[in-house]
Amino acid sequence: MKRATPTRRILIILFWVIVWQIASLIIRNDILFVGPAQVVRSLFLLLPDPDFWLSIAGSFGRITLGFLTAFILGIAIGSLAFCIPFVKELLAPLISLSKSIPVASFVILALIWIGSANLSVLISFLVVFPMIYVNTIAGLESTDPKLLEMAHVFSVTTLRRIRYIYLPALLPYLVSSCRIALGMSWKSGIAAEVIGIPTHSIGEHLYMAKIYLATSDVFAWTIVIILASALFEHLFLWLIRTAASISEGKSSRKGGVMR
Amino acid sequence: MNFQIKLEHFSKSYKTEHGTLPVWDDLNLTLESGQTYGLMGASGSGKTTLLRILLGLEAADAGSAKVVVPSAGPTSQTSPLSSLHFTAVFQENRLCEPFTPIDNILLVTGPRFSRGEICSELSRLLPEESLSRSVSTLSGGMKRRVAIARALLTSSDAILMDEPFTGLDEDTKDTVIAYIKEKSAGKLLLVTTHQEEDLTLLGAELLRLG
Repeated sequence: MKRATPTRRILIILFWVIVWQIASLIIRNDILFVGPAQVVRSLFLLLPDPDFWLSIAGSFGRITLGFLTAFILGIAIGSLAFCIPFVKELLAPLISLSKSIPVASFVILALIWIGSANLSVLISFLVVFPMIYVNTIAGLESTDPKLLEMAHVFSVTTLRRIRYIYLPALLPYLVSSCRIALGMSWKSGIAAEVIGIPTHSIGEHLYMAKIYLATSDVFAWTIVIILASALFEHLFLWLIRTAASISEGKSSRKGGVMR
Repeated sequence: MNFQIKLEHFSKSYKTEHGTLPVWDDLNLTLESGQTYGLMGASGSGKTTLLRILLGLEAADAGSAKVVVPSAGPTSQTSPLSSLHFTAVFQENRLCEPFTPIDNILLVTGPRFSRGEICSELSRLLPEESLSRSVSTLSGGMKRRVAIARALLTSSDAILMDEPFTGLDEDTKDTVIAYIKEKSAGKLLLVTTHQEEDLTLLGAELLRLG
């Protein structure tokens, strides 16, 4: 599919914002549906409140912590499972179980086990870990056997094999799984917070908005979640790509690289 | 180091859907260190298979392969094939595509050469500007030359090249042949090809398979 030009995309987005505003004018009920103007107003009312920023920081911190732990452990244990097939066999039932258990069940169980304070850390970990783990194995398995034969013939050291052969094979798998996992960790993390209601969390505010039927706040917080998760996604993918290009030696040369 | 590679009573066959397909039966071959050999034969005569067996990537069905090192006394020492250091140009280039030609050479040579030394070696075969690009952006002929340089710059006792000149035009081929002759001097070099003239240019002794 051809990507629309920037101006075209802005116009298209504008069109839908207008449709949204018109819909809210037709419905004329602030509890059922609010228009963009009201959402922006609610958002501006939230901005000066320190609790607003504390809650964003709280949710951001917990979800990021869960995500990063899952990311690092997923790669580490995935690599181990790739090297030792028995580990992979042993973990297989747990991984497929964790993929098929609904997030809501996890949340309730985690609430019983560890309480609400660090609930979203555990939930974002549980959602992200199997994805990174499975894709780490798939990426390492996608390594070209012909390159490995070459490395064998030339007696290439293990460290160099990892850097020059395994890592480039792993990277595309890691980037694409991260893109999905990042969004998932936010959605499930916030869902967990709505159920667990830890203090200083986005989920707590969503829950309160529901109690008071403050629909415009629900919309405002939703926009905050989308922005925070997009920011995190871009930041993290940028970090991975930068790390990758440094390992390929692209930034260490003068004059740039022709593409 | 002086040595002989002796292959005795080699046989190899592949299992296919229609039964077994013999590649060779009772193949005997002696290769001397410091010599250049050109291996020719029709497609399917097992040229690549022979190289793979020498590299230790595949096993023969029967037969023995050994390295004979002449010593001062009346008896000579024999050792297994794996005691020799082989390098190879494979049928495919087998380069690490995201990395530059220089990095690809460093990958196999390790700290034996500096970046500058590799750069000056490679610039004898490739245009200077291509050396800092990732291999994936190079043409087929350029990649081939990187693969050839890789086999020649790594320290080895024997170099095996499986159709090294595919994708090279006449001019670069002459440069590459001169480079191969210079760098493989004193080592055992075994080249497979379909063109007999390549072997004349390399000064290779012809071996026919099949």
